Amino acid sequence: MRFFAELQSLLKKNIRDYGMYIALFVIMLTFTILTDGLFLSSRNISNLLDSAGYIAVLAVGVMIVIVIRHIDLSIGFLAGFLGAIAAILLMNAGLPVYAVIPIILIIGTIIGLTTGFLVANLGIPSFVATLAGWLIFRGALLQVTGDSGTLIIQDDTFNAIGNGYIPSITQIGGLHLLSLLVGLLGILFFIYSSISKRKKMLRYNFEVVSKPIFMIQLVFVSAIVGYITWILAGYNGLSWTLVIILLVVIVYHFITTKTVVGRHIYAVGSNPEAAHLSGINVKKITLLVFGSMGLLAALSGILFTSRLQSATPTAGTLFELDAIAAAYVGGVSSAGGVGRVTGAIIGAIVMATLTNGMNLLGVGISYQYMIRGGVLALAVIFDVMTRKRGS
Amino acid sequence: MSEYILEMDQITKDFSGVKALNNVNFKVKKGEIHCLVGENGAGKSTLMKVLSGVYPYGTYEGNIIFEGSIQQFSKINDSVDAGIAIIYQELALFPDLSVYENLFIGNEIQSRGVVNWNDTIQASKSILEKVNLKVNPEILVKDLGVGQQQLIEIAKALSKEVKLLILDEPTAALNEDDSENLLKLLRELKKQGITSIMISHKLKEVIAISDSATVLRDGNTICTLAASKGEISENTIIKNMVGREISDIYPKRDKKTFGDKILEVSNWSAYDSQLGKLILKDIQFHVNKGEIIGIAGLMGAGRTELAQSIFGNPKSYKLQGELKVNGTRKNFKHTSDAIKAGIAYVTEDRKGDGLFLTQDIKNNISIGNLKAIAELSGVINENEEIKVADEYKKDLTIKASSINQLVGNLSGGNQQKVSLGKWLFVKPNILILDEPTRGIDVGAKFEIYSIMNSLIDEGMSIIMISSELGEVLGMSDRIYVMAEGEIKGEILAEDASQENIMHLATK
Repeated sequence: MRFFAELQSLLKKNIRDYGMYIALFVIMLTFTILTDGLFLSSRNISNLLDSAGYIAVLAVGVMIVIVIRHIDLSIGFLAGFLGAIAAILLMNAGLPVYAVIPIILIIGTIIGLTTGFLVANLGIPSFVATLAGWLIFRGALLQVTGDSGTLIIQDDTFNAIGNGYIPSITQIGGLHLLSLLVGLLGILFFIYSSISKRKKMLRYNFEVVSKPIFMIQLVFVSAIVGYITWILAGYNGLSWTLVIILLVVIVYHFITTKTVVGRHIYAVGSNPEAAHLSGINVKKITLLVFGSMGLLAALSGILFTSRLQSATPTAGTLFELDAIAAAYVGGVSSAGGVGRVTGAIIGAIVMATLTNGMNLLGVGISYQYMIRGGVLALAVIFDVMTRKRGS
Repeated sequence: MSEYILEMDQITKDFSGVKALNNVNFKVKKGEIHCLVGENGAGKSTLMKVLSGVYPYGTYEGNIIFEGSIQQFSKINDSVDAGIAIIYQELALFPDLSVYENLFIGNEIQSRGVVNWNDTIQASKSILEKVNLKVNPEILVKDLGVGQQQLIEIAKALSKEVKLLILDEPTAALNEDDSENLLKLLRELKKQGITSIMISHKLKEVIAISDSATVLRDGNTICTLAASKGEISENTIIKNMVGREISDIYPKRDKKTFGDKILEVSNWSAYDSQLGKLILKDIQFHVNKGEIIGIAGLMGAGRTELAQSIFGNPKSYKLQGELKVNGTRKNFKHTSDAIKAGIAYVTEDRKGDGLFLTQDIKNNISIGNLKAIAELSGVINENEEIKVADEYKKDLTIKASSINQLVGNLSGGNQQKVSLGKWLFVKPNILILDEPTRGIDVGAKFEIYSIMNSLIDEGMSIIMISSELGEVLGMSDRIYVMAEGEIKGEILAEDASQENIMHLATK
C-alpha cells in the first residue's frame, strides 16, 4: 500500500513533468488503436522521428530564447534561406559537402549574433527585431531561389543527412546491429548515471524515491528506449537525422544543466535585474542565446533541405510557429527562467505525432490545424493550472 | 458644527497580526495646514490610505468623521466624491499626454462619449491659473520639470470640488525654489478655504508652514502640536518622533580594531539621465577594515543610489569622482568588476532584484561565484556545489527542508539569509547591506546582526544602509547621514543619538 501512496504523491508532485510524457503516451496509444497498429510499425516510427527533426532542433533553440524572456520569429525563413544557400554552394559553386556544412553553420551563427546585437546592445524588442528578420529572410529566400524556383540537389552525402541511415555492420535476424548496440549503450549509460545520481543524493541526505519506485523508473525508461531501438532496428536502423537530434539534445541538455553558462542563462531568465547585480553579463548571455539560435536554425535548414533533396522558395514557412508551439507544449514559461531541453524535444515529438497520426487516418488538413491548435491551448492551460497549484 | 473638518477616531489597522495603526486619533481643523510627521514605518501612509478608502471601510476599526458625519468609504472614488484628494509621492501622471488631457483624465468634458477638446483646453487654462502655473496646456507632461508636474497634480485635484487636500511628501523630489513655490501655493489655497494635510520628512518646511503637526510613532499618535501655542520646533518634533529606548536587541561585538582604509570615495557625483537630475552630489566617505559603517537617512536620500554607483553602476548613472579600493583607483564597468575587487551588495528589494525566486536555495547561493566550483571548462562540480550550499544553510541557519527547496517558498527572514549566503560565497572584503532587516521579524533580525558581527571578526568590512535609527545606532562604528543626495554629516557611534541623526537627515 505504501508503494501506491508514494507513486500517487510522486505523480501529484511532478504532474507537470510527467504530464507531457503521459500525454504523448495516450496520443500514441490512441493512434495505434485507431490505425490497427500501423502507427507503431517500424517504418512509420522511423518516418515520424525523421520528420520531427528540423522542428525539434528549432524548438530546442527557441526554448532557450523564451527562457531568457525573448522570442525569435525569424528562424523559419532563416532556416529556409540557409538551406537554399547550402544548395547553391553545393550545386552552383561546386563546393564539397564537408565545406558547405560548416560554412552554413557559421553563417547561421553570425546572423543569430547580429539579431542578438540588435536585441541586447541596441535594446530593440526581440519581437520587432526578429519580425524584421522574418521579412528579410523571406525576401532573401525568394531572391536566391528566384531564377529556377526549385533547386534540386544531386549530392548523395548531403541528401543522406535527411534520408540516410547509419551503417548496420551486419544484420542479426533481420535487425540492424549497430543501431541495437547504440540503443544498448544508451540504456546502460542511463542505468549507470541514475544509480550514481541516487547514491549521491543519499550521501547528502536528500529526499529520494523509495527503492521499488526507483527500480520501476529504471525498468520503464529502459524498456521504452529498448522498444524504440528494436522498432527502428527492424526497419533501416537509426537515421542520421535521429543521430543529429540526439547529439543536439545531449549537448544542449548538458550545457543548460551542468555548466556555468547554463546556470547564467536561467538566472537571466528568472530575474534579469538580480542577474545583473550578481555580476552576470546579461548582454553577453543574450548575444550567446541568439547566436545559438542562429546555429540551430542553420542546422534545421540543412536537415530540411537534405530531406527534400532540394531548395524551394517556400522552405521554412511557419517553422517558427511550429517550433514555438513545441516549446510551449514542452513546458517552457514565457515568464522566463523555466524550460527544459528534453521538454522541447518531447513537445516537438507530440506535435509531429499528431500530424503523422492524423495523416495515417486521413484527417483533412483543415481539421489537423484545429486539433493541433487545441492541443497547444490544452498544454498551456494544463501548465498554468499546475503551476498555480504548485505555488 | 464642530471646528474640525476631519476627525479620525481610534483607528486601528492590522496586517495579519501586526498592528500598523493602534488607536490612532487624528483631528484636522477646518482651513488649517496640518503636518503629519514620523519615522519611516510610523504609520503615516497607512493612515492616509485608510482615510482615502484604499483600505475600505470594514478592514479597519474606528471612525472617520468628515464634515460632521461618519464616512464609510468602500473605494477611492467615494472619498474623492466627498471632497478628499490625495497626491502621492510618485506622481500619477501620464507623461506622454498633454497637460489638458492629464487634467481631465477620468473626468472628461463630454457629450455621449465624445470629448469636447476645445472646452477642455479652455477649462484647463483657468485651472492652471489657480495654481499659478504659466504653461501652455497643450505641452506634454514629460516636457515639464518635476516641480511643475507636482503643480499639475494639485491642479487636477482642484478641478474637482476638493475640501481636503492631502500631500504625501510633495517636496521630496523638488529643489528649493520649487519647494518654496509649492508652500506658497498651499498658503494661498488656505486663504481660499481649502484644508491641507502634508506628510513631510523635511522639518524646516513643517515648521514654516504648519498650523498644527501630529507626530506618529510605531502606529501610535504621540502628540498634536499647535503653532499658535508655539509648540512646533525642531527639537520637540524630533524628540517625539524617536523617543524610544534602544533595548538590547543588538548583540555586542567584543573586539574592535580597525585597519587601513579599505574603501575610499571622494568628490563622487552621479547624474541620472533618465530623471535628468543630479542624484549624488560631491560625496566623500571611507570605510576602514573591520568597521561597520552605518548610512542613515530618510527615504529618497540617495543611499541606495550611492551603493549601486559604487557597485559597478548597474543603472548606468553618469559618474564623476574617485573610487579607491585598498588604495588603488578603480573604474568598474560592470557589477562583475566590483565583485572581482571584493565588493558585494545585498539589495534592498530581495524579491525584486536580489533573488531568483523560481530557483532553489542551492542555485541561488552559488550563482555569484560559480567559477569557484566549476572546472576550467565551465562544467559545474555538483558535489562541491551541494557541499557549499549545505554549509551556508547550516552556518546561517536557513530553515528549509533541504537546499533543493525553491526560494520563493521561504519566509522573508530565510530569504534574506539566502541572499546573504549568496554574497558571502563570493568571499568579499566589503559587504554592502541595503536595509538588511526590512520586513523580517525580531528573531531573524537578531540572527542577521550576529552574522554581521562574526563577519567583522573574520576581517570583513560592512556598509549598512538602514532607515531604522535603532539599528544604525546599535550596530555601527561610524555613521554617515545622507539627505538629498549629499552626505550631511559624519558621527562616531559614541557621539550618535537619534536626535542628532534626525537633525542631519532633515536638514
